[in-house]
Amino acid sequence: MIFEVKNLTKEFQIHNQMNVNIKVFSNLSFSVKAGECVGIKGPSGTGKSTLMRMLYGNYLASSGSIIICEKELVGAEPKDILELRRFKLGYVSQFLRVLPRVSTFRLVSESAIRAGVSSEEAEQKTAELLSLLRISENLWDLSPLTFSGGEQQRINIARGFIYQYPALLLDEPTASLDRENRETVVNFIETAKANNVAIIGIFHDETVSSRLCDWHLNTETFLMSSDKG
Amino acid sequence: MSPILEVEGLEKKYGNQAGCLDINLVLYPGEVLGVVGESGSGKSTMLNCISGQLLPEKGTVKFNSPSKGLVDIWSISNADQRFLARKEWAFVHQNPRDGLRMDISAGGNIGERLMSIGNRHYGQIRKAAEEWMERIELNAERIDHRPTTFSGGMQQRLQIARSLVTNPPLIFMDEPTGGLDVSVQARLLDLIRQLVHDLGLATILVTHDLAVIRMLADRILVMQKGRIVESGLADQVLDDPQHPYSQLLVTSVLRV
Repeated sequence: MIFEVKNLTKEFQIHNQMNVNIKVFSNLSFSVKAGECVGIKGPSGTGKSTLMRMLYGNYLASSGSIIICEKELVGAEPKDILELRRFKLGYVSQFLRVLPRVSTFRLVSESAIRAGVSSEEAEQKTAELLSLLRISENLWDLSPLTFSGGEQQRINIARGFIYQYPALLLDEPTASLDRENRETVVNFIETAKANNVAIIGIFHDETVSSRLCDWHLNTETFLMSSDKG
Repeated sequence: MSPILEVEGLEKKYGNQAGCLDINLVLYPGEVLGVVGESGSGKSTMLNCISGQLLPEKGTVKFNSPSKGLVDIWSISNADQRFLARKEWAFVHQNPRDGLRMDISAGGNIGERLMSIGNRHYGQIRKAAEEWMERIELNAERIDHRPTTFSGGMQQRLQIARSLVTNPPLIFMDEPTGGLDVSVQARLLDLIRQLVHDLGLATILVTHDLAVIRMLADRILVMQKGRIVESGLADQVLDDPQHPYSQLLVTSVLRV
């Protein structure tokens, strides 16, 4: 198994606003094997994004266990989580958070270089991916901060697919893309699956979701009721 | 991999005012540690105690020195401590005037640290200074100009070059982007990020700017009233803070 989640529980304790305790889900367990793609479903506010962020080590688990590529995330040292992200765990988020002044090309190639790919190979792959994703070549030397939403999303996708991580998290990867680009991205995901990548994603687009996902996990099933404490 | 820095039980008070209390931390080579907290929370006191500038009342600061092996920086001789501060770690002050000599040339500022550890070959020192000026994006033709003729952002970059010319494995930075306008900040941040990355520098960065921390730090310490109240992976502490004070800090930031 690439992802193994056991008895995962998440509550938010918000100290400064009347000390509210927000319970999200409890006892969530599932696993995903290599080459499998799982879609996370559930109404808004049931913890889909929270779960994705926990799988990336961005949110802490209240209890339970998350094992990714044989590494326990719950209670792990920051440096071990960073190492997992660098070599094993890719993440395509909806938002692009980068330093101003860093070019699109460098941003994409850096993900691969950090994972140990030679800069020559990384640069070649970057050019290939940016072309496939229809990012016009005269934008490559610019920072993506001024790009459109769809372009920024494609930069995030390029960063997630430039290196083949064995575990991949996709947070609405096709949300703001036109039909042609959506098709390109779906092809990327299909290729990754065929290459034995384990994928967990939130896909709002029904056709994309049914085409890619082997099964779905509904976060609503694991909801807890919230109370004010 | 063994840590480059291990701090245990560090304490410094000002009268009965807490400076920093019960500070424990470990820093690994190449790791960037961000320290956040409001003014007066003990960030700078802690940084000064760890970097050999302020004598702590309790605790140890163990530094894994490339030349001397594992040493407690507060139990070695003053001469040894001075050598380490010149050669093996660097300190970048918020105000470049505290880190530069304003009455000597830019090249002299960069070269001084090399001379202080025994370099005597004028040509080599000047060449190193020129290389570093280019690296920090200063026009090397201005090598003989004094820092007083430079802008704030240029002075800050010069201070960074001066600190890094001896190739230290460890750098301390106290609000390095404070007081600079945003476009200058962005340039400096990108430069710092690149240098830290390329040179594999272990870094302790004190700032109250959470956006700076998000861009640069691997790990964060949150300080309040002299103590570390929360620590963890940088994006995790910023996005899912646990301690009431960290939550307040993160939710108080205005979004642009």
